[in-house]
Amino acid sequence: MTATTASPRGLTRVVLSANVAVVFLFFYAPIALLTVFSFSNDRNPSRWGGFTLDWYREFGESQSLQDALRRSLWVALWSTIVSVILGTSSALALERFRFRGRRVFDALLYLPIIIPDVTMGIMMLIFFGDAIELVNDIFGTSYTKGIATITLAHIAFNISFVSVVVRARLAGMDQRMEEAARDLYASRTQAFRHVTLPQIMPGIAGGALLAVTISLDDVVVTQFSSGPGATTLPVFVFSLIRKGVTPLINATSVIMLTASVLLVLLSILTEGLRGNESTTTTTGGTP
Amino acid sequence: MTDTEAAVSLGGITKRFGDVTAVDAIDLEIADGEFFALLGPSGCGKTTTLRMIAGLDFPTQGSLRIFGEEVGTLPPNKRPVNTVFQNYALFPHMSVVQNVAFGLKMKKVPKAEIGDRVAEAIRLVHLEGMEQRKPDQLSGGQQQRVALARALVNSPKVLLLDEPLGALDLKLRQEMQRELKVLQREVGITFVFVTHDQEEALTMSDRIGVMNEGRLLQIGTPREIYEHPANRFVADFIGQTNLLEGTVEATDLVCLANGVRVEAPTRRATPGTAVSVSLRPESATLHRRGNSPVDVPCLDGELTAITYLGNALVSTVALDWMTVEVRMENRADLDHLTVGAAVSITWAAGALAVVGD
Repeated sequence: MTATTASPRGLTRVVLSANVAVVFLFFYAPIALLTVFSFSNDRNPSRWGGFTLDWYREFGESQSLQDALRRSLWVALWSTIVSVILGTSSALALERFRFRGRRVFDALLYLPIIIPDVTMGIMMLIFFGDAIELVNDIFGTSYTKGIATITLAHIAFNISFVSVVVRARLAGMDQRMEEAARDLYASRTQAFRHVTLPQIMPGIAGGALLAVTISLDDVVVTQFSSGPGATTLPVFVFSLIRKGVTPLINATSVIMLTASVLLVLLSILTEGLRGNESTTTTTGGTP
Repeated sequence: MTDTEAAVSLGGITKRFGDVTAVDAIDLEIADGEFFALLGPSGCGKTTTLRMIAGLDFPTQGSLRIFGEEVGTLPPNKRPVNTVFQNYALFPHMSVVQNVAFGLKMKKVPKAEIGDRVAEAIRLVHLEGMEQRKPDQLSGGQQQRVALARALVNSPKVLLLDEPLGALDLKLRQEMQRELKVLQREVGITFVFVTHDQEEALTMSDRIGVMNEGRLLQIGTPREIYEHPANRFVADFIGQTNLLEGTVEATDLVCLANGVRVEAPTRRATPGTAVSVSLRPESATLHRRGNSPVDVPCLDGELTAITYLGNALVSTVALDWMTVEVRMENRADLDHLTVGAAVSITWAAGALAVVGD
């Protein structure tokens, strides 16, 4: 073993260990507290009142909470699907083609990442207000803001995130591989399907995961672009706090946390399985 | 056309990228079954020429025929050629078998036939037992073989190779040079390969086309190119040489800058033309002043440096008008001279070649 990978000794070791302990405490103590008090039989979420599952039961019985959760999932699903398609397409366009206005497009695409959420929210508020009014005036309809406008707003910022992740993946891919596929009788479409797509798939999956996550916990932009009765889960939780905090919020948070941990575990697991597959086939020898 | 139709035929082929002319009006015919090398320094247009034959770039002007069929603007998947790419461009998410089978699969060849032909191609490049490996689990040489198999399995009419051995180390490269040559004879396919390595071109090819700045300067067998370079660039690029300035006096007679008259085939150069005379270092012989044979022209100078190469000695001789390098084999009877000695340089009859600019 080389010196650089050897374990630290003496005081360095003590300080480093303490640092790790503090960081972990900082990360996980709030989560632990949150989880513990979600089982507390007391309306005040910082006082222990004995073990109960009442808050989880209340979550299960609360129609408005479940509606909010369902809406959140719906918005996350559709905004992810649409932004993955549009984000991947724009990443491909920027990475593979030279065209007029490419640099401007490039810069504009990343704008939603750097614009503050509040600004973005107000933009959406004004835009949707005017747009819906115009549509209603012309077609005599009576649309209002709601789940559709929330989804559109989420698509708008998710495209940027997906595009960034997919582009990073594309940039690392040898363009000659597509040429090789074309040289081996593949049409443009076949070259994309059999060579490019499988290789940028991890990027697309990563981008999609990012989009789901960002969509699920966005409060600011959602609040500005939602209408009456169309609250997503994070917005609903936010409004619960105003009414006074009860361990119901803890229970809701624990459920959301568990779901996201499961999601991440699932993605690690599938990635791991794929990795195993490729190593076992190498020792498999001739078919 | 004659009954022996050219495998590849380029007529005034030109490629411009904006203001830059990468390939400038090249005419070239490559015969069926030939091992042809396009040789030149980087940026000379050799790779662009190859890419145009492959269909990865389209010519700005000129005609491009493969076995008589005009293919100028046909996409790469519609051409009877396959390419071995520089750095191979293997598909990293596919196993060796999947890589090799890709072309046949795209051509919709029946499954059973694919299996047989892939196995045959893998046998041809000696990769039995590696079938299920992914490219990143192979060495550079093995990846090279996969790239070859992936192209050859489709039985192309012409195989294009872009610096195929560039990424390999010296020993492996020499081994693959021999193997490629044997392979080409075995499959009987026309090979067109691009290289900047003159030694590689000389050892492997039937004919060489030397390129520089988008132009094809000379086409010929390795021997023709080496012994009768068409101009200064070719003479200098292929191997090492001493270029002696002079003027043509009469047919096959050149007067060097120091007044010595030498015999050299002047070909079309007319008397009075300024030319260079190429004297290869290994064609020259070094003598102690006064020991040189009489009746042959010689160049007198002073020995200024000796480089010991083991099997040979390279001596640098300062004439009063230029410096000449002489390479002599390190044989037991070699007269070892010391730096500072007064020496004379002679050469065998027919060793000199007149080159124009």
